Amino acid sequence: MNHSNHVVSSAITPESIADSSLVAPEAVAQYALGLGDDALVLAHRLGEWITNAPELEEDVALGNIGLDLLGHARSLLTYAGTAWDKTEDDLAYFRDEPEFRSHQLFEQPNGDFAATIARQLFASVYFAELYRALSESADATLAAIAAKAVKEVDYHVDHSAQWLLRLGLGTEYSHQRMQAGLDTMWPFVDELFREDPYAVGLEGVAVDPRTLRPAFDASVPQMITEAGLEVPAAPAARGGGRSGVHAEAFGPMLAELQVLARAHPGATW
Amino acid sequence: MTAIMAGLTRDEQAVWDIAATVVDPEVPVLTIEDLGVLRAVSVAGDAVTVDITPTYSGCPAIDAMRDDIVSALSAAGYAEVRVRQVLAPAWTTEWMSSAGRAKLEAFGIAPPLPHEAGMRGSHGSVNLGLGIRCPHCGSLHTRQLSRFGSTSCKALYVCQRCQEPFDYFKAH
Repeated sequence: MNHSNHVVSSAITPESIADSSLVAPEAVAQYALGLGDDALVLAHRLGEWITNAPELEEDVALGNIGLDLLGHARSLLTYAGTAWDKTEDDLAYFRDEPEFRSHQLFEQPNGDFAATIARQLFASVYFAELYRALSESADATLAAIAAKAVKEVDYHVDHSAQWLLRLGLGTEYSHQRMQAGLDTMWPFVDELFREDPYAVGLEGVAVDPRTLRPAFDASVPQMITEAGLEVPAAPAARGGGRSGVHAEAFGPMLAELQVLARAHPGATW
Repeated sequence: MTAIMAGLTRDEQAVWDIAATVVDPEVPVLTIEDLGVLRAVSVAGDAVTVDITPTYSGCPAIDAMRDDIVSALSAAGYAEVRVRQVLAPAWTTEWMSSAGRAKLEAFGIAPPLPHEAGMRGSHGSVNLGLGIRCPHCGSLHTRQLSRFGSTSCKALYVCQRCQEPFDYFKAH
C-alpha cells in the first residue's frame, strides 16, 4: 500500500470553518447561498418519502439521494456563512421564506412517486451539468465542493433515468402516471436555466445557468422519448426563487424544516 | 501498519499509526486508512492535526470517525487534536487499500470494482451488473436489487446462485 501518490497538497475545509481562516468573498457567498438552498430544499422534500415510498428499496434510495444533497447543502451553506460569521444552521433554520433563494422546482410537493421521479430527473441532470462546470471554478472551495458532488449526482441521474424507463414503458397506467408527473414538473424547469442574479459579475467563479441549457436539452427530451413518453409542452412558470419568490407549498415545508431548531434554539442531542 | 505517506517524520508516523486504528462505524472491519479516508497528519509539539476526507458529502459516519480520532490521540497523550475535513481532491474508492478490499470481502461485502472496469460512463450512465462477485459463494451470476443500500457507499445485490443478498461497496 502506498499513499505517496495521493497526498493532499492543499487543505480545503469548508465544514470546519469556524477555526479556519477561510472566508468566502461577499459575492461568492451570495452565489453559494442560492446553490445551498436548492440542495437543502430538495434534500428535505426527499426526506419526506422516508417510510412512505412504494417499496423499501426506494425508501432507502430516495433517503440516500437526499443525504447526498444535504451534504452539498451543508458544504455550500457553511462556506457562504463564512462571509457573515454565520453557521450552516444559522442559515438553514433562522432565515425566513423571502430570504431563501431556492428554485421553485425543488419546492414542489412530492406528489406521487412518478412526480417525484420527474422532479428528480430534471434536478439531477441540472445538478450534474452545474457541478461539472463549477468544478472548474476559479474559487477553490466551490470547485472542491462541486468536484465531490458531481460524482454523487451522476448516480442520481441514473436512478431517475431507470425509473423513467420502467414507468414509461411499464403498464398503461404507469405510463399515464409518469406522463402526468412530467407534465406537473415541466413548467419549473425553465427557471433553472435563467440568469442567476448572484452569478452576474462572477465570471470564471460562478456558472451562468444559461450555459447549461443546451446539455439539458440534448439529453432529457431524448430520455423522455426513449421511455415512450411525450416531452411536455406546458409553458414555463413565472419563477423568481432566486429573488425570494417561492412556490405556495414552500412555506409549510420550511416551517416543518425549521420548527425544531426554532422551538429549541441551540439544542444538541 | 507500515504503509505511510511519503516523507512522514517519526513523530508524524506515530500520530498516523494511532489515527489509522480508527475504524468505519458502519463497516467496522475497515480502518480509515484502509478506506483512504485518512489523508495527512502534522505535528507541532503535542498539538496534532489530522486531515480526513469524507466518503460521500452527506455521510454521517464522518462525525463518528472524527470523534474517534480525537479520542484515540487524546488517550495517547496528545494535548490538542484537530481534525480537518478535506474536500479536495474528492475521495474515491481507488484509494481503498488492497488489504481493505480483502477485509471487505471476508466481511461479506463485495469490494468496489476498479474504475477501469468501466463502471462509470461520461454522463450518469453507471453500468452495474457486470462482474460483481458474490462474497458468499464467489459466483459472478449476481444481480443488482437496488442501487442504493444501507449506507451511501453501498448498493444492494443478490446472488442468483446461492440466493443470498449482499452489499456491494460502490465504485466511486
